[in-house]
Amino acid sequence: MSESEKLEKALQDWNAKVEKSIAKYPERKAAFVTGSNSPVRRIYTPIDVGNKDKLETVGLPGEFPYTRGVQSTMYRGRLWTMRQYAGFGNAEESNARYKFLLAQGQTGLSIAFDLPTQIGYDSDHPLAAGEVGKVGVAIDSLEDMETLFGGIPLDKVSTSMTINAPASVLLAMYIAVAEKQGVPAGKLDGTIQNDILKEYVARGTYIFPPTPSMRLITDIFSYCSKEVPSWNTISISGYHIREAGATAVQEVAFTLADGIAYVDAAIKAGLDVDEFAPRLSFFFNAHNDLFEEAAKFRAARRVWAHIMKERFGAKNPKSLMLRFHTQTAGSTLTAQQPENNVVRVTIQALAAVLGGTQSLHTNSRDEALALPTEASVRIALRTQQILAYESGVAETPDPLAGSYYVETLTDSIEEGVLAYIKRIDDLGGAVKAIEQGYIQQEIQDSAYAWQMDVEKNERVVVGLNKFQVKEGPPKGLLRVDPAVGENQVAKLRALRARRDNAAVTAALEALKVAAMGSDNLMPYILTAVKTYATLGEVCDVLRGVFGEYRPSVMF
Amino acid sequence: MERKIRVIVAKPGLDGHDRGAKVIARALRDAGMEVIYTGLRQTPEQIVQAAIQEDADVIALSILSGAHNHLFPRVVDLLKEKGADDILVFGGGVIPEEDIPFLKSKGIAEVFGPGTPTSVTVDFIKTHLKRE
Repeated sequence: MSESEKLEKALQDWNAKVEKSIAKYPERKAAFVTGSNSPVRRIYTPIDVGNKDKLETVGLPGEFPYTRGVQSTMYRGRLWTMRQYAGFGNAEESNARYKFLLAQGQTGLSIAFDLPTQIGYDSDHPLAAGEVGKVGVAIDSLEDMETLFGGIPLDKVSTSMTINAPASVLLAMYIAVAEKQGVPAGKLDGTIQNDILKEYVARGTYIFPPTPSMRLITDIFSYCSKEVPSWNTISISGYHIREAGATAVQEVAFTLADGIAYVDAAIKAGLDVDEFAPRLSFFFNAHNDLFEEAAKFRAARRVWAHIMKERFGAKNPKSLMLRFHTQTAGSTLTAQQPENNVVRVTIQALAAVLGGTQSLHTNSRDEALALPTEASVRIALRTQQILAYESGVAETPDPLAGSYYVETLTDSIEEGVLAYIKRIDDLGGAVKAIEQGYIQQEIQDSAYAWQMDVEKNERVVVGLNKFQVKEGPPKGLLRVDPAVGENQVAKLRALRARRDNAAVTAALEALKVAAMGSDNLMPYILTAVKTYATLGEVCDVLRGVFGEYRPSVMF
Repeated sequence: MERKIRVIVAKPGLDGHDRGAKVIARALRDAGMEVIYTGLRQTPEQIVQAAIQEDADVIALSILSGAHNHLFPRVVDLLKEKGADDILVFGGGVIPEEDIPFLKSKGIAEVFGPGTPTSVTVDFIKTHLKRE
């Protein structure tokens, strides 16, 4: 009898024995599923992973198809970047929080902007009332950006900016601040999110319709490939898709489908794939199902490497590598017994590290209630440091490789992702699928199914639908100073009175003409922000030329 | 035939987090109500106009941006101005508990925090409806 026949026979006997004992002592549940509702079998064996060429599918770290990671030594060479998303109130307060985080051993910055900034409104716009400085820092002009990075040398840190529709404007401001610090654009290191498609689907901070939005994005790809070569020009994001309720498979599928749309758009705009693809980066979520999440990251890398190689003919290995940032799952945090969230975040962060993330944000325990306090952020950062320095999981690349269960999960996620991508291709690609509401509907169905499972107690959320306690109102939450809005408006008005308004008008007029034509808009935006034209003014010019996106509403 | 309860689910403010709003909208619909979801970035004026136009009995406000103290009371004030304050208004989202007494004093009937089962919201509407 061959090895595999022996195993088949042993497994049959084992199953027969187990079935008998289960008849007497049933398992806890009739059916076991992952966090994303995929079936989990009683046992996984070499038979599940046996028939595939492992060198081709799993391979080695740093080698195609990068299932085991994009670097050959992974965290033995350098740990992941610990990057806490932060920002609130005005530029001074946020600057202080960044300095605090850097002093605590954080290794990169991640800027949260307030909603008016993200939607391209100045702080004195009527729709900004009540929103200024609330969920992030308010940035109206280059002046605020200078304050935000005051005393932080931009050639020494890498900075990630969660900015999408007005990404060009904030990137231009960053380049201008660096210039004032004497740092050339060629030395800048960081990321702009710049992912409009997931804004239409899940996050909501869109401004312009898809076509001009894709132009702004490909203009950035093209500009940065020459002027800011180390910059990650986009962070194609599954994070928010997952937060909106998607499953693990949907998260990867819809993100990679968006990625395909961006690559298509850039190639259509005349760029060479290997010129911009090495600077594409990704952003994923990490939920509680440890093995499924780790497998998800492995599957995402493998699928993307094949897409870039086979679909787009990329030659540069860097074009094939899916590099990603991870944030732990905000939607899994409970307002009930918030201390328990520290434990959830630990599991999620572990999944991200086992999955080979390049950078990581760990959520704070109080984020189901408010923006985090300094004490909460410190615990979140310490969680990463304990994983990095005490747990041992960073000492060898992809330690889960070869686990029958994890390899099977990786394969089945890959299969599910490919099926979705096929469906989206059939609909005409991600942009069309979004316009038809297909992706939104899929996400909403999953979100509703999850909620109903929780309400029927088919899913346990500790402290929420099981193991509840009576608790008083939470104490010591962070509150944004309500005067931030007024102060920001006063500062903005003073700036408008002080600056060279003729230069502002000329720069905005030049931008308008360029927007109506086909020039790359980045240089025009850079000129405009240097005259202290405000974010709102720049975006208003573009709104005038491009119009605004009107979503179709459904639930 | 008995008239169905009509609900406007609305997202005031600029935040784009509408997972909760959409789940609530669907749960209320499944509970037999007629539901209209406004979509994102609605001003209090737009919300009140929609409610009056649609002859709504209830406005359910969802917000996660932190601008609730500014936007929720404005909805109630506008309803009063239009003589439509028999519409039940309540809210949900990430809203600090210490803000709830203020919001209630401004006429917001209830504020539901994260983790509230949809069945609680359904029952709340049925027992607190102001209109016959």
